[in-house]
Amino acid sequence: MAHDPGRGTDFKSVLPSVPAIEARGISKRFPGVQALADVHLQAYPGETLAVVGENGAGKSTLMKILGGVQPPDAGEIRVQDQPVAIHSVKDAERYGIVVIHQELNLAEHLDVAGNIFLGREPTRGGILRLVDPIIHERAAAIARRLGLDVSTRTMVERLSVGHQQLVEIARALSLSSRVLILDEPTSSLTERESARLFDVLRELKKQGLCIIYISHRLKEVEEIADRVSVLRDGRNAGELAGAAIHHDAIVRLMVGRELRQFFTRHAPERPVRETPILEASNVRWSAQQQEGVSFQLLSGEIVGMAGLMGAGRSELAETIFGVRTLRTGEIRVSGRRLKLKSPAQAIAAGILLVPEDRRVQGLVLSNSVQHNISLASLNTVSRMGLVQPRRECELAQRMVDQLRVRTPSLQQLVGLLSGGNQQKVVLAKWLCRTPTVLILDEPTRGIDVGAKAEIYSLIDQLARSGMAIWMISSDLEEILGMSDRVLVMHEGRLAGEVARSELSEEAIMRLATGGAL
Amino acid sequence: MKKLLGITLFLLVVYGALMVSHENAASFDTHFLLGQRIGLYGILSLAAGLLIVTGGIDLSMGSLVCLCSTVFGLLVVRYQVSIALAFLAMILLGGVVGLANGLLVTKLRLQPFMVTLCGLFIFRSIARWMTGEAKIDELAQNLGPLPDFFEGAIAGMPVYLWVLLLLIVVGTIFLHFSVFGRYFVAIGSNERAARYSGIATDFYRIFAFVLCSVLTALYSFLALMNSPSVAPSTTGQNDELGAIAAAVLGGCTLRGGEGTIYGMIAGTAIIQILRMMNTFWGIPSAVEGIMIGTILLLGIIVDELLRQRERSRSVL
Repeated sequence: MAHDPGRGTDFKSVLPSVPAIEARGISKRFPGVQALADVHLQAYPGETLAVVGENGAGKSTLMKILGGVQPPDAGEIRVQDQPVAIHSVKDAERYGIVVIHQELNLAEHLDVAGNIFLGREPTRGGILRLVDPIIHERAAAIARRLGLDVSTRTMVERLSVGHQQLVEIARALSLSSRVLILDEPTSSLTERESARLFDVLRELKKQGLCIIYISHRLKEVEEIADRVSVLRDGRNAGELAGAAIHHDAIVRLMVGRELRQFFTRHAPERPVRETPILEASNVRWSAQQQEGVSFQLLSGEIVGMAGLMGAGRSELAETIFGVRTLRTGEIRVSGRRLKLKSPAQAIAAGILLVPEDRRVQGLVLSNSVQHNISLASLNTVSRMGLVQPRRECELAQRMVDQLRVRTPSLQQLVGLLSGGNQQKVVLAKWLCRTPTVLILDEPTRGIDVGAKAEIYSLIDQLARSGMAIWMISSDLEEILGMSDRVLVMHEGRLAGEVARSELSEEAIMRLATGGAL
Repeated sequence: MKKLLGITLFLLVVYGALMVSHENAASFDTHFLLGQRIGLYGILSLAAGLLIVTGGIDLSMGSLVCLCSTVFGLLVVRYQVSIALAFLAMILLGGVVGLANGLLVTKLRLQPFMVTLCGLFIFRSIARWMTGEAKIDELAQNLGPLPDFFEGAIAGMPVYLWVLLLLIVVGTIFLHFSVFGRYFVAIGSNERAARYSGIATDFYRIFAFVLCSVLTALYSFLALMNSPSVAPSTTGQNDELGAIAAAVLGGCTLRGGEGTIYGMIAGTAIIQILRMMNTFWGIPSAVEGIMIGTILLLGIIVDELLRQRERSRSVL
């Protein structure tokens, strides 16, 4: 028996030799794009296989094919070494394959048990038996397996995202599935919720489930995967197993080249000016807050803001941007007090927000790149209320060039661009107004490695040009790599500040979880 | 663009069908009458369409037509108010109703569908109550030469069509070339993104409701010139449905954020041509609803299929 010094027992030697699921030579073509070309994938019972790749590498398409959402053009799927035909999600479920999508698919107005048995409600003489204690017992048994410690009678809408996700997994287990595919499961989870999810996944793996895990967060992949399969441009780019699973090695396979300088923060050459550009004192947006939030931003610095989901970071940003009502406190920009009624005043004062969810708050997806970029600056390209098409086009072209937005044309609908390019369009919308304070809420969520690197280098340039950058992020690597100092929030208050010299994951997490430095 | 091409093709087909449907169809009189109808109903379609672009909807338009006409009729006939003043009162009424709808929708966050459904009941009821269910028939002798003027032509073209043409020009500049129009589309497509871009979304949404109701009031006036009598229980009935149908047939979607002035007018033209064709063919007017309903249904099915195809292309 081979022994792997890094990871204890070599998993391959203890695994059954028949893959739980196998994809052979899968190809899929969309008009203009070969999404998948001759892709192979095997996943065994009792292992966690991570599938990684940049956006557009074909991960989602492959998972859609395995999950029955889309048929492949060519290739074969085998379950337990038998070729199977999967034409629908129902088919996939029958073969024990369940996909948990990034956007959860739950009926919010039903309770936990109702969701677990949705579509397979036990009936007696045509009458629902959901009130029946037996159903709740069955649901509770599954919930216990997952450490889901809520009553099965709780309405799903009242659960946190982390708990909702466990409900989806519970539903998968109730289908007695053998292959569990998770697509970016931690993208809206807090660190603590993610940790619990990993515990659950490890437990399920021990019970013999095959887990296919798709993520952009390579640290998670390092933590949880037994094997990593990398896709690049719709092809297999390579595989890593055991101790070979390492951040840099994965990135190398993903991009096909070394990303030497991923985080590009250059510490400012001269000390940043000491007069604050933004001063927030005693800011409160909710009646539940015991104390207000006070902090300052200096021009030319990048201030990271960490905290768990629900700590109030986005709420604070939205309050200072004028989306939420300021209950108490005051905000000063370059010493002048800001009267906030709506985002219009914040924008006029040079405070601009790149919101957390670009698809919901940042972009008009059904409009063109050009219209999105100019949306907040139409007054600069119009005369007497009429938009001057030539000037608008010039403005949009300038921003597209400057940020290197990859789009076939300015008329392309933003909804059709990749996540990274969409995020660049949101940035472009604000950068053509030359902000003094730029608030970035989760600036790189769900975008691929290459675009991330570009956005980091852009943020660094902006800070060096004198802008104050306030970067809210749940990605600790990003916070550590980019911030000059870090503010940490916990339950609606500022828990503390960590200087660059003292930055460490532990220090941030201690503050974020309510501890002291 | 594809959508507009489809609408245009469809319009041409329907027009061709009208031309071959009867020997008199190609006559000047037919075209004149058609022009009048399109001119009149087109205003209502613009009113509905512009609001739909911002993601709103107004179900009370028909009842508002009734209330406006009643107020105008009573002022002129019973109180001998001058036509100009009565006209102003009518437009003002439209403005106030639109403002109320807009405020309820934006400030109290009520759904436009519900708010205007309430208006649908209330306005007609007020009109019936004010008149004691009586018709206002004596309007014709009080209007002087106005009906004749509006029924007539300038340079061979119906006056109603001139009015619509003016509105089309203004509306096209407004919706497709001005900052206002850009904001209408942005708000209709994604109100939150518009708000996060610093646009005063509430103002523009209220403005859209006011615009819709004022145009409805204007239509009420012109419709009275066409047939100078008011029957509070039937005047304007189902007008909102025809207007919404025309706008949707012309490419507006009730999801908001989509729609062109050209489409709204083309949609109106299609519906009016169909109506006229029915008359020529001697199809009972009872069947008219089946025709328009079926064509609208086909229209939205084709639109949805196209949309799904677009989407399946974009998702990789």
